Amino acid sequence: MKKSITHEFFKGFWEVLPPFRLVLGLCPTLAVTKTVENGIGMGLATTFVLLCSNIIISSIKSIIPKKVRIASYIVIIATFVVIVELVMKAYFFPLSQQLGLFIPLIVVNCIILGRAEAFASKKPVHHSAADGLGIGLGFTLSLMLISAIREVLGYGTILGMQVMWDKFEPFAFMVEAPGAFVCLGLVLGLINLVPKKA
Amino acid sequence: MKEYIKMILVLTAIAAVCGLLLSAVKKGTEKRIEEQILYNVQGPAVKDLFGYTEKIDEIMPKIIGNRQEITVNEQKQSVFVDKKDDKPKAIAFESNAMGFGDKIEVLVGFDLEKDLLTGIGIITHKETPGLGARVTESVFRDNFKGKTLTEKFKVKQDNGIVDAISGATISSRAVCAAVEKSIALYPAIKENIKKKN
Repeated sequence: MKKSITHEFFKGFWEVLPPFRLVLGLCPTLAVTKTVENGIGMGLATTFVLLCSNIIISSIKSIIPKKVRIASYIVIIATFVVIVELVMKAYFFPLSQQLGLFIPLIVVNCIILGRAEAFASKKPVHHSAADGLGIGLGFTLSLMLISAIREVLGYGTILGMQVMWDKFEPFAFMVEAPGAFVCLGLVLGLINLVPKKA
Repeated sequence: MKEYIKMILVLTAIAAVCGLLLSAVKKGTEKRIEEQILYNVQGPAVKDLFGYTEKIDEIMPKIIGNRQEITVNEQKQSVFVDKKDDKPKAIAFESNAMGFGDKIEVLVGFDLEKDLLTGIGIITHKETPGLGARVTESVFRDNFKGKTLTEKFKVKQDNGIVDAISGATISSRAVCAAVEKSIALYPAIKENIKKKN
């Protein structure tokens, strides 16, 4: 069934939303969502890599022999990740310090290799671009959601700005690792109460 | 056979293009990254070593203004200088040594009047988080604070005075090696700075 390009784009925001529908990319979701700023930074970096790798892989899919496809995809993805890392260090140094080693870890973010194998290697370039952009932005929104919950409850701020009342006791559990799991689990459960095809 | 040739060609082509792209981006961002490290890592480390109490944004122009390029043993060396009454009082310069992951760059501070180590700052490193990376913590760096230059800057296992980080002997040893290198360069640099100022 031929799907339109807008469908390929918007599915990333609901039906195939990572990490809540497409349970991939859990590692950055847990690790860098202490603050909304970090969540946005990681989401956009991942979106850039996903978009570029989807486009390139879709463009050269016909010349990559089946047996070396994973190796080829990884090289291409890793190249874009290093580019993101260098550009971040050059223009967003404090953010790159905060995200630390999770930027290079984008290479093994299952969303990217997953979409390369499941979609970009089979569909035309413009659809792959829409898929990459949509899922990337959906992922960014998911990260923003989890980090908003964690930052507000754990620090009382959003993007560094105080949003809770003065006497607010921060719920420090939320910004620790166990809190991340609990938060992710609850949101995942709530979102999946709503059926995919709304 | 033809299959293998195609696989080799495609992989080589992809790797070649990616390699080219990466070196271009690396070259393009080199200067900017150096600047960022200067403002975000070296600056605060120098401020720490020289004991400046002003905010980092305010004191940065002074730190950069007092930075001097000198040549020692035919090598260019960048030296940060702290002046009091227009005379050099303390200096800080970088040296490096091979750590577990890659080179560790260490900024070493010296008191010119008393010939003491004022301390160290770790500038860049690629050590293991939670282990080697802990050389950046003040607990480890305090090993070098206020010490005379004749102390043995090696880890305790090597009969030195430095308390290594447990599980990170290689990284600890590397920092010691970098400090020893700076101490070796210190006399020549001190002379050079005193002459120039």
